[in-house]
Amino acid sequence: MIYPAIFVLAAAISGSLAASRARMRLNFPKNLFTLVFEWFGELGFFCARLFRAALVPPYEFGELLRQCDEIGSKSLPLVALAGAATGVVLSLQTRDSLIRFGAKSFLPSVIVFSIIKESGPIITGLIVSGRVGAGIGAQLGSMKVTEQIDAMEASAVDPYKFLVATRVLACILMLPLLTLASDFCGIFMGWIANMLAEPISLRLFLESGFKNALFSDFIPPTLKTMVFGFIIGLVSCFQGMRTLRGTEGVGRSATSSVVLSSLFVVVADVLLVRLILTIWG
Amino acid sequence: MTNQTNDSLIAIKGLRKAFGKQKVLDGINLQVAKGETVAVLGRSGGGKSVLLKLLIRLQTPDSGSIRIAGEEITRLEEKQLNDVRKKIGFLFQQAALYDSLTVEENVAFPLRRHTNQSAAEQKDRVHELLADVEMDQDLEKLPSQISGGMQKRVGLARALALDPEILLFDEPTAGLDPITATEIGNLILELKKKRHLSAIVVTHDVQGAKAYSDRMVLLHNGTIQAEGSLAELQRSEDGFVAQFVGYGSK
Ligand SMILES: Nc1ncnc2c1ncn2[C@@H]1O[C@H](COP(=O)(O)OP(=O)(O)OP(=O)(O)O)[C@@H](O)[C@H]1O
Ligand SMILES: [Mg+2]
Repeated sequence: MIYPAIFVLAAAISGSLAASRARMRLNFPKNLFTLVFEWFGELGFFCARLFRAALVPPYEFGELLRQCDEIGSKSLPLVALAGAATGVVLSLQTRDSLIRFGAKSFLPSVIVFSIIKESGPIITGLIVSGRVGAGIGAQLGSMKVTEQIDAMEASAVDPYKFLVATRVLACILMLPLLTLASDFCGIFMGWIANMLAEPISLRLFLESGFKNALFSDFIPPTLKTMVFGFIIGLVSCFQGMRTLRGTEGVGRSATSSVVLSSLFVVVADVLLVRLILTIWG
Repeated sequence: MTNQTNDSLIAIKGLRKAFGKQKVLDGINLQVAKGETVAVLGRSGGGKSVLLKLLIRLQTPDSGSIRIAGEEITRLEEKQLNDVRKKIGFLFQQAALYDSLTVEENVAFPLRRHTNQSAAEQKDRVHELLADVEMDQDLEKLPSQISGGMQKRVGLARALALDPEILLFDEPTAGLDPITATEIGNLILELKKKRHLSAIVVTHDVQGAKAYSDRMVLLHNGTIQAEGSLAELQRSEDGFVAQFVGYGSK
């Protein structure tokens, strides 16, 4: 997991440097520090406005459903594929190592635990950051620069309620489900890959895999992806809604949505894992 | 024809707006009475679109007061502001249709949010609105699949969906052929007669505006340089004013 983290960090730093250089050109001599502070400040206001919009009726159930489909169903194939690939790779790699240590019988447990506890959630989080983050950033960004968001306000419809709240909520609801799908594909493909080397029935594989697993091993890592969903939805809607300067700005919003949401997903993962370990031991 | 009564539906006082160092509006005073249509003329980049956006607080003014139907727009809470916005039909210069919705859904959007009409009633209403702007042929098309002038007409239909009391139109006839432009002018005139609407119409079409407006104002250098009927503006002492409407009406 360290490589994606490094990659994302590098991308984020280069992204924000590029943005600050762009401002320099416009005679806006602001250093990175103030930019970061400003960004978090604005995000705070955005968040407050989002909560206000989301909590006050009327609720936009139709639009929420549409977004769940857009964000959930349409990410499913990609997430499933990534989960499956992780399962295969995990199975191939750990099999080799475990044989070397003479602990081959632990293989199912190792696969199940590492997928459920970490690789399933984080891979889903990062994949959705990429696919959904870019989509939301670009869509809201182009709605902003073509005055469609203004038009919505002119029709007395709160875009924070109709566009932002529905997307953020859909992300929160869909991520745990996508994670389950990814977990399932990972474990299943882990079994398949294992079977090619050494025939073992699925039942036996699952039994020995889940033998020592508790419900509490399973729930917190899956629920923590709701936080990932919140981060992805929030950050990419925020980047989209503050788009400026035409199509170039739309491109920048799409990129920064992906970069920043993956960055914060990784950071949140570290914090949440620590928190979960503290609470559930 | 200048109107200084307190019962104006729209009353703008000392309105100022600057972007950075650029003063776009520098003390605008304008009143529009109930049932009155005012045409706003001015050079490109003169701040006409900004003025309209300030009126429904899509942008916030630096100073000045805007009263619409007695409500001070600049100080309203979100909810009250939205109540005022529902009474206003706003047409954007670039139409600003929702590009993921079809023509029909675009016009139905305000109806779906703000009325309790059944789906069938909404459909009828949408068709009626689109028929008024002769756009009832391409209901299923997306905005990207229709021409600019057609988008403008759909935008017009959307702006009229909630039976507004006030119309704020940003160049309703720009980019339309003379026949359609005249028909849109007639539509505005008819709306005014039938429903006693108040309207501010930004336009470059001086002759067209003469037909449907009660009064014209010329926005220049961030202020209202002249106001009155077309004939009055043409007789103006101010060389720029006479020249502006002179060119426009040739
Ligand atoms: N969001 C903005 N940021 C900075 N400057 C702006 C912004 N919106 C408008 N302006 C500036 O305000 C001025 C007035 O713009 P506006 O769009 O109101 O002109 P206009 O009178 O509608 O022109 P046209 O007839 O061409 O539509 C322009 O010089 C424009 O550069
Ligand atoms: Mg304009």
